[in-house]
Amino acid sequence: MTQTLTKPVPADERVAKRNPLQKLLARPEVGALVGAIVLFVFFASVSQTFIQPNAFATVLYGSSTIGIMAVGVSLLMIGGEFDLSTGVAVISSALTASLFSWYFSTNVWVGVLLALLVSLSIGFINGWILIKTKLPSFIVTLATFLMLTGLNLGLTRLIGGSVSSPSISNMDGFDSARAIFASSVNIGGVEVNNTVFIWILMVALASWVLLRTKVGNWIFAAGGDANAARAVGVPVTRTKIGLFMAVGLCGWILGMHNLFAFDAVQSGEGVGNEFLYIIAAVIGGCLLTGGYGSAVGGAIGAFIFGMANKGIVYAQWNPDWFKFFLGLMLLLATIVNLIVKRRAELSK
Amino acid sequence: MNANQINQQQLLRNEKDPLTHTPVHLLSLDQVGKHYGNIVALTDVTMAVDNGRVTCVLGDNGAGKSTLIKIIAGLHRHDEGTLTVMGAERKFDSPRDALDVGIATVYQDLAVVPLMPIWRNFFLGSELTVGFGPFKRMDVQTMKDITKKELADMGIDLRDVEQPVGQLSGGERQCVAIARAVHFGAKVLILDEPTAALGVKQSGVVLRYILQARDRGLGVVFITHNPHHAFPVGDRFLLLKRGRSIGYYEKKDITLEELTAQMAGGAELTELAHELEALGGHGDVVKEVQAEVAGTSSQRLA
Repeated sequence: MTQTLTKPVPADERVAKRNPLQKLLARPEVGALVGAIVLFVFFASVSQTFIQPNAFATVLYGSSTIGIMAVGVSLLMIGGEFDLSTGVAVISSALTASLFSWYFSTNVWVGVLLALLVSLSIGFINGWILIKTKLPSFIVTLATFLMLTGLNLGLTRLIGGSVSSPSISNMDGFDSARAIFASSVNIGGVEVNNTVFIWILMVALASWVLLRTKVGNWIFAAGGDANAARAVGVPVTRTKIGLFMAVGLCGWILGMHNLFAFDAVQSGEGVGNEFLYIIAAVIGGCLLTGGYGSAVGGAIGAFIFGMANKGIVYAQWNPDWFKFFLGLMLLLATIVNLIVKRRAELSK
Repeated sequence: MNANQINQQQLLRNEKDPLTHTPVHLLSLDQVGKHYGNIVALTDVTMAVDNGRVTCVLGDNGAGKSTLIKIIAGLHRHDEGTLTVMGAERKFDSPRDALDVGIATVYQDLAVVPLMPIWRNFFLGSELTVGFGPFKRMDVQTMKDITKKELADMGIDLRDVEQPVGQLSGGERQCVAIARAVHFGAKVLILDEPTAALGVKQSGVVLRYILQARDRGLGVVFITHNPHHAFPVGDRFLLLKRGRSIGYYEKKDITLEELTAQMAGGAELTELAHELEALGGHGDVVKEVQAEVAGTSSQRLA
């Protein structure tokens, strides 16, 4: 059998050429990591406050509110789709919990669970329409984005009679829900918000799923080449719908944080945030075309965002510059990703 | 699924039973047809696949080859006729159904996901797992080892199973897909134009793998438009044209020359020559080429 060898070259000879540094450079999140380190050193050198524990906890908190969503959005992007409705879906979730428990005077937790159901349903509907119509996710989720924006405003005014949801701080279950979604833990005199831990936990879980379970394999395949994946028996439909629902789950967590960090939600909020999550994922090395990326990358992308957002304040600069900086980061990251993909498909 | 397996084993035993007058084919199609709306894509196709035999499906572009594999591979359901796997009639609803009865398809262009590492591609859709419940995870090391070993057995020299499949050559990628199908216990291996995009040397490599798969006892369905690739490896030849079967031969009943002539349609070539002549082209060149092709074919046979 083995005499049909094309070229009997010893395999080891060429493996040796790939040294550890090259191996590291081939990872999707490496560009973002380098960017994050440069940015950290930069802000640490221009601002004394930036590296103080309290300030850094604030940076982490800011990162986590982007990062929690970036986890789901990264996975979805690796799976070959993206979601423009995430920003307002977060608010929809918060409004559902708030308005339902307020209107029916139930325990807040009833609203929280209903919000989970609504968030997962939004994800399911996005995915289902996408699969059934074969329309690009841009169109499908843009439609969802617009509809949810309208629903948020319309239903809030209809039920609560105002542009913001009524305060629910004196209702049953509010304190216990706040303790979970929006309190902080004191670590060595530094207040670290719960969302930071939730974020880290979710990144770890998503990385594990992506790299070590068969669902992860399916996500890469569904994004890399859905037809090839389907042909070898990967349930592409279920994988994609599941990913949209995972984004819904992330939106629910962030929505609950937004609700319980205060006690009311502005119904017009969230518009534009979807881009921040996508930017975090792209800076973190996820390809817009799918099939490549990592959950850790998305987290680093969110961290870069958090550092830049708060660092500019600590350095006492005019925050007007922030958006310019964000755009530049995005452009650089996308170019790095492009080079990575070209190299990966070198001989195609 | 279990019931099916038992059933299949019984049928296999029947096959070896000398008293059975109708031997059971591994896979057989009887007057199968398929239409998309009012477009008839395939009609009245009959063919059989046996263990350790290669059935070649030949036809030009638009002859219905793709429709035929899509039916066998479970991507489309046939509308007419019967598809029988080891004696049991089947209608597949998804590629998974076809895979479950041992029919694996290797597509020319969508055999693998280019950005994914070789080992992930190798086990895609059939990942090995360890652990239970929420701790169920992929057995990465075993999968890498098996991938390396299976590809080495096929004679593919690998640098690193972690490298993306996109970095492999076209022939190597086909071979990864074939090795994968063989490893997962495929009984029927469908190869969709595996040599179409390859050079002469790479094609030769792929043809050798087809024979290796055959020698391992698989039934191979080899789809191609090149009679020179089909004839040396095939045992049966099904010729398709415009969605119809225009011939179904055992190897002993046909020569490469006849196969080529049937494929190209000798009459059509002459017609083409006239047409080109009428358009002011060099019709005589076509005739020359035709004569040359016939000449080389007979040389090869001798």
